[in-house]
Amino acid sequence: MKSSVITFPGSNCDRDMDVALKKFGFKNKMVWHADAELPKSDLVVLPGGFSYGDYLRCGSMASKSKIMQSVINFASSGGMVLGICNGFQILVETGLVPGVLLRNKYLEFICKNVFVKINDKKNKYFKNVDNEVLEFHIAHNEGNYFCTNDQLKEIEDNNQIAINYCDKNGKIEDQFNPNGSIKNIAGIFNREKNVLGMMPHPERMIDTSLSGEDGSLFFKNLINNLK
Amino acid sequence: MIVNEQVAVDHGLKKDEYAKICELLKRTPNITELGIFSAMWNEHCSYKSSRLHLKKLPTKGKKVIQGPGENAGVIDIEDNDAIVFKIESHNHPSFIEPYQGAATGVGGIMRDVFTMGARPIANLNSIHFGSPQHKKTKNLLRGVVHGIGGYGNCMGVPTIAGQTSFDSSYNGNILVNAMTLGLVKKDKIFYSKAAGLNKPVIYVGSKTGRDGIHGASMASASFDEKIEEKKPTVQVGDPFTEKLLLEACLELMAGDSIIAIQDMGAAGLTSSSIEMASKGNLGIEINLNKVPCRETKMTPYEIMLSESQERMLIVLENGKEEQAKKIFDKWNLDFAVIGKTTKSKKIELYFDEGKVADIPVNTLVENSPMYDRKWKKAKLPKKNKIKKEDIKHLKVIDVLKKILANPNVCSKEWIWRQYDHTVMGDTIQKPGGDAGVVRVHGTDKAVAASVDSSAVYCWAHPLTGGKQVVCESFRNLISVGAKPIAITNCLNFGSPENEENMGEFVECVQGIAEASEYLKFPVVSGNVSFYNQTKEEGIKPTPAIGGVGLIKDYKNMITMEFKDVDNLVLVIGKTEGHIDQSLFARNILDEKNGPPPEVNLFNEKNNGETLLKLIDNNLIKSAHDVSLGGIITAVSKMCIKGKKGINIKKPKYLINEIEYFFAEDQGRYIIEINKKDFKKVADILYKNAVHFDELGTINENELYINDKTKVTIDELSTFNKSWLTNYMSK
Repeated sequence: MKSSVITFPGSNCDRDMDVALKKFGFKNKMVWHADAELPKSDLVVLPGGFSYGDYLRCGSMASKSKIMQSVINFASSGGMVLGICNGFQILVETGLVPGVLLRNKYLEFICKNVFVKINDKKNKYFKNVDNEVLEFHIAHNEGNYFCTNDQLKEIEDNNQIAINYCDKNGKIEDQFNPNGSIKNIAGIFNREKNVLGMMPHPERMIDTSLSGEDGSLFFKNLINNLK
Repeated sequence: MIVNEQVAVDHGLKKDEYAKICELLKRTPNITELGIFSAMWNEHCSYKSSRLHLKKLPTKGKKVIQGPGENAGVIDIEDNDAIVFKIESHNHPSFIEPYQGAATGVGGIMRDVFTMGARPIANLNSIHFGSPQHKKTKNLLRGVVHGIGGYGNCMGVPTIAGQTSFDSSYNGNILVNAMTLGLVKKDKIFYSKAAGLNKPVIYVGSKTGRDGIHGASMASASFDEKIEEKKPTVQVGDPFTEKLLLEACLELMAGDSIIAIQDMGAAGLTSSSIEMASKGNLGIEINLNKVPCRETKMTPYEIMLSESQERMLIVLENGKEEQAKKIFDKWNLDFAVIGKTTKSKKIELYFDEGKVADIPVNTLVENSPMYDRKWKKAKLPKKNKIKKEDIKHLKVIDVLKKILANPNVCSKEWIWRQYDHTVMGDTIQKPGGDAGVVRVHGTDKAVAASVDSSAVYCWAHPLTGGKQVVCESFRNLISVGAKPIAITNCLNFGSPENEENMGEFVECVQGIAEASEYLKFPVVSGNVSFYNQTKEEGIKPTPAIGGVGLIKDYKNMITMEFKDVDNLVLVIGKTEGHIDQSLFARNILDEKNGPPPEVNLFNEKNNGETLLKLIDNNLIKSAHDVSLGGIITAVSKMCIKGKKGINIKKPKYLINEIEYFFAEDQGRYIIEINKKDFKKVADILYKNAVHFDELGTINENELYINDKTKVTIDELSTFNKSWLTNYMSK
């Protein structure tokens, strides 16, 4: 399986993602934001970080990078595109997934482990994951997902919510919502479910010495579903 | 502008210093030259009050590749890997403008590390604030934490450990010390020594603006009521540009075109160019019209004194300019050839075709003033006798709850959860433990780092306090299973012109020197911050020690949380019941006098090294050093983190319960071992003449003392975790 990780100026989880993808069997290439063409890929990842310093709305500058036209075309033709954290922010700015990401409710950067409940498994990202709940890690300042009521209805009707913040038993309640996201949304698909944007960083949970191992589960499953 | 004595005094120079400048130049300096002298000769850059005493610090060792004098220290961690590290203060700017002050402190120290070719792999910080009741404290704390996070998070470097304290002596002068560790290959370390004639001098990074002019001079003076007017001397940080600069520099460093490289920190272009020339025993000629400027009509004076951030100066090999420029173009950074190295041994500046400065380099560096300031030796205070009636009404559990919720002991999670501590995917011990630990990427090795200070002990007796801080750093590294290698120090003091403050400095340095010599824990880098003083009021002496150690196989790392029910808990090291200057004495008895706990370097070394032996033999399940709040506080924290309880039996000692549990005697650790290993552990401890107490057995979730009193761990946890969160949300 071939993957591509895009490096924008200010990306800082690009190496971590490269390490994770390779660990679980992807042949990964790093792609520079100013390139025009994507290499042949089965998966394209927009990594975390602070693209262009996030001095404008997070992700908005990166969404206009040269490479993004190729990424948008790739996604529109059904290609798998995964955006993590800043990558998720870039995805909402391109319009590939609906909604926006606001500043965290308590106006503070937050770095900690969270639990997320998988809402939909009829897609290549979560198909065949045995667990209902995964322990992931978040580290962001702008992860407060928001959308209009009409959008929310559409998202729910199409089952586009990927994961919700919850407790370890899968209970989705306000007290387990770290950033104020509407409906505890931690990740969301496009309508066709080939594009996934999510705030948690599975690449930081890939061995027992780190914060946990549910990231390993995510990547192992993903590569199997792509085969 | 005409330069005279008054202008020099306005620049922070003393009258005799100005006279010396005129004598060295054999003429009156022009305003640009005067600005350069004031920047190089201020306390912050010249170390004029401290140089004499810093020579006492041991700086050599088998593992030391580079000691003080470079951008940062370098130590050998084997297999051609080396760690570059340093701590630096950003106290004055952080009080004036907490967000930018703290942010640029973090940015500056990271630049010091990657200037040497190392990729930063961990950040730490030591931050100190006034009394929680002081009206400025909350906003300063919030601003500093946001600033540290804002910069470090954006750079993608994990912040893995730190220290926060509150004391009213910081009401008018907070401390913000930032430390960075970087990883480099031993054969790819870059230095700041220029070499060769007619080599191009290159400016890279951000453009030069009018921010931070006289920042270093501001940091070399006490504060008064006009402090707000100093805001323009605070630099403004841009972590995004620094991230680009990091990547571009490391890309250029992969080749062989760099002769010397130096970041523009305090005193900007002035100190960077002069340091490179001085180390290389060369001259440098710069055309200031070629310096990329952010604002129009900047004068030579402003260009030379700006402390705009995210800039570097490089001496390149001839003919490598195009190749280097391509890299900086790719990262969208300025790149300009602004001058060349010369044989003149002078710094020569040109602007609009005229010569605007012409100064022999040695007058700025070797001939800079050095003072042997007067200082007062501190007496060891007399021991207090605790009266029985003062403590007989006290219940251990009640006192414990108070201590766990004390601002200097309570959980600092509110702070560190705002720092990205997991980026780079190698953080195996997060903040909240004895030391932060990161793996050396792609290897089995890990590096542990801790930052410590004990202002109260240093204030009570500077010599003992200085020793104690080094020992505490040593213990924190050992507690996570790391072999301590070397330290960096950030020496925060009041005015050196005050004999008592100067005495505190001299004796703390003496203490640090003695301990680091004995423990073979040399000082490889550091920084001095004087004038942490508002009018006549100085801070408590606060030397901060950043220690670094190595864990050969990261799977053998130790953490402090209790692991398993029925395991045994021992105290290593002898408890004499030293209460003076303890948290208990100061906060419960309200007794502020007396000597700090004695430091016995033999026990310190022996106890630590023996614990490392136990760890090497896989006999330790968890470990934690005993510090503020004594044995019971240390044990409670291990319970809280491990969500386990303990049945404690006070050993039969002559001292009473309160003294046993809350004393702050040094050289002690709490360890958890499996019952079946007791004999093995005891044998090793006996053989090495290490005193130990059997303290208790781990249970599910309650803390019992002598089977009588008990408290649930959940309750203790609430006391420990809620103070800071509540304080900041009010």
